[in-house]
Amino acid sequence: MTALLEISGLKRHFGGLWATNGVDLDVVTGEVHALIGPNGAGKTTLIHLISGELLPDAGTLQFAGSDISQCTTHDRVARGITRSYQITQIFPRLSLLENVRLAVQSRQRDWGSSLRFWRPASADFRMIEEAEDWLSRVGLAAEVSQLACDVSHGERRALELAMALATRPRLLLLDEPMAGMGPEESEHMARLIASLKGEQTVLLVEHDMDIVFRLADRVSVLVSGRIIVSGTPDFVREHPAVRSAYLGDAL
Amino acid sequence: MTQLILEQALNGLQFGLMLFLLAAGLTLVFGIMDMVNLSHGSLYMGGAYFGAAAAQASDSFLVGVVVAMLGMAAVGAILEMLLLRRLYLRDHLAQVLATFALILIANDAVRMIWGPQPLPLNPPAILAGPVELFGFIYPAYRLLIIGVGLAVAIFLYLLINHTRAGMWVRAGASNREMAETLGVNVRQLFTIIFALGAALAAAAGVLLGPLLAVQVGMGENILILAFVVIVIGGIGSVRGALLGSLLVGIVDTLGRALLPTLLRATASPEVAAHLGPALASIMIYLLMAGMLFWRPQGLFPART
Amino acid sequence: MKPSHSGTLAETALLIAAVALPLLLQAFGEDYYIGFATRLLIFALAATGLNFIVGYGGMVAFGHAAFFGIGAYAVALLMNAGIFSAWITWPVAVAAAALAALLIGAASLRTRGVYFIMITLAFAQMIYYSVVSLEFAGGDDGLPLEQRSTLVPLDLADDATLYWVTLGLLAASLMALKRLAASRYGRALTGLRQNETRMEALGYPVQQIKLVCFVVGSAVAGLAGALLANQNGMASPSQLYWTQSGMLLVMVILGGVGQRFGGMLGAIALLGLEEVLGRITEHSHFYVGLALLAVVLYAPRGLAGLWGRQK
Repeated sequence: MTALLEISGLKRHFGGLWATNGVDLDVVTGEVHALIGPNGAGKTTLIHLISGELLPDAGTLQFAGSDISQCTTHDRVARGITRSYQITQIFPRLSLLENVRLAVQSRQRDWGSSLRFWRPASADFRMIEEAEDWLSRVGLAAEVSQLACDVSHGERRALELAMALATRPRLLLLDEPMAGMGPEESEHMARLIASLKGEQTVLLVEHDMDIVFRLADRVSVLVSGRIIVSGTPDFVREHPAVRSAYLGDAL
Repeated sequence: MTQLILEQALNGLQFGLMLFLLAAGLTLVFGIMDMVNLSHGSLYMGGAYFGAAAAQASDSFLVGVVVAMLGMAAVGAILEMLLLRRLYLRDHLAQVLATFALILIANDAVRMIWGPQPLPLNPPAILAGPVELFGFIYPAYRLLIIGVGLAVAIFLYLLINHTRAGMWVRAGASNREMAETLGVNVRQLFTIIFALGAALAAAAGVLLGPLLAVQVGMGENILILAFVVIVIGGIGSVRGALLGSLLVGIVDTLGRALLPTLLRATASPEVAAHLGPALASIMIYLLMAGMLFWRPQGLFPART
Repeated sequence: MKPSHSGTLAETALLIAAVALPLLLQAFGEDYYIGFATRLLIFALAATGLNFIVGYGGMVAFGHAAFFGIGAYAVALLMNAGIFSAWITWPVAVAAAALAALLIGAASLRTRGVYFIMITLAFAQMIYYSVVSLEFAGGDDGLPLEQRSTLVPLDLADDATLYWVTLGLLAASLMALKRLAASRYGRALTGLRQNETRMEALGYPVQQIKLVCFVVGSAVAGLAGALLANQNGMASPSQLYWTQSGMLLVMVILGGVGQRFGGMLGAIALLGLEEVLGRITEHSHFYVGLALLAVVLYAPRGLAGLWGRQK
């Protein structure tokens, strides 16, 4: 068990508010690690700090053994951290295939730079095949040529997952992947995430407790910018601090 | 030397205040309606022509000013109702195309009515001469412009900060939806703002007429200066437009007057002769580029 | 999305007609129009470059005249220094425009939206004022060309030859840009235009991709400028002024933003309309303006949009 991502003493404030107030968190290679917490606990801020869209005021982020605290988003993607967004971020006027193909193409280490001007991209057969594979992986094999703006919300979320996977991240950050989904679509997404278990390290932010406790290998609870408990789903579920601070009597 | 600097500083102040008359309307339209209006310079030109024609016909400069302002306010209001309000929700490209078309139309319309020759416009006779001020000589007419400019600035300050309409305008500049939820009749407010902006631009046109030339194309140069002003001041902020105008007016005027001299003192005469005028004429653009580089929202960001 | 068979057929027919045009005009004794047609093609080239920046790159650049003018002045200045060969001066014109675009673009791309419009405008005005206040660049009068550039083995002094060379360069540029748009880089550019956040999150070097686009489009304008100096017999400051940038932008919007032939269509429509109306009335711009307003209100996707073409 080696930690892929090690966060220690991470702080970030907005005005007088410490949105992240000394977070310590380890994500271990191969696990699905869920991050839960009430609204306003600072989950999205923490994701932004990990993806590089925000830089911390204090504390460190170690990824695969090196300090990435001050790295740009761009650099962190190159090192293997990819995220999905709460609000779907895709290319609306491109086909699903082209959406994923762009994600595949972004892997410079495999294909070289995107600053290649002459050869038609449609001649990169391997990229296209790989993009098709990712789409089938998330159950969109039949929709490859549809425009992204024409498919359903749930399919767009699945597309976004395929795009994130296509960058072959070492750590995948999923920010509320079920946001805005109906029960059937949520179930489909949960199965997709479950199918990643063991081969893909995931840090998952999610509201739906049933899904979290079903999918996660470990769960961390964020309250007021701090992790108050971290452990197996059973341990967290039964932890008195969690029950009083967050879950209340609902469980 | 002191005489020169003081005189140029006053010239800069005077030019800056005229720029403010143009920039005030432009920044409100830009900030509130999110509209790139390239035709604002045409309103300025229209004002100069209306004013020159009316002054000629009535033999009174004052009548010229009043006719210019009222006339262009009417033109502005009509323009807003017929055309511009259909562009607020379109992208900047459509706005550029439409308002550039208005420049073409305005320039030719002026040629059709008044011909291609510049129109003469003389300052009022009693202000034609110089006056003595604290022991040095300065043209009386330029002093009048400074006075009028300051008066308009104060008037706008009171209007925007101390009236209900002004509160709506400020609300609109910082957040359009909020203004709508305040129950403001946004459409009517926009028309009034645009007409007011047109009247102020017309005032600048007719007041600068005796100093510059009343001719076709006079709006093109000064429009860009007005854009420089509002970017420096912060788009949507009238206070920013005032500060930006004074900054641009003074930097531009003093730069042209003093840079060649300064360069001669520090570099070879040949370099000074070549570089001086070039540097002087691009100073304000450097100022604006620098501002965008280090403080992209301008001095007084209207939007938070 | 893909060029249809009939599309390429129409393009070929159009190209043949364009090649034959000078011969036809000569046959009818309308040689004046060869020069006019060359002008159309030159502006089509400049507008095509701008359309690449605006339509493909999604950047509303309001300083295209700078690069257009730099190309013209490069040719004129080199000719004053005794270098007449287009094989040298035209590439230098392109390189000069590209270099200026690299510097201006690197500074401007830190901003977005209206601020990008304004900062590109400011830089272009700086270049305008610098050039008119430099004595060796001819100041307000511009720089006359002693003669046209030489392009061994062709004779550019012949109007039809200059026309054909311009046509060839326009066709080559259109083809190159089509190819570019279909390359990996072009796909990345499309992604960028649709969702910059996502491209950033995928790890693309967003600024670099945009900068390349800005430089390529501006370099095309530099080439057009070199051609215009030859056609006009001079490099003129009016070519650098902001209204020229406005005119080029109007051509792009009129023709169809992001449409492959948008820049070309817009240039031909605008200059053609000006020419036709100029025969009837002194005040052609008045009616051109009205026509442009009609396009804004009733054909929001430009002329290419009226044909119902998809890009």
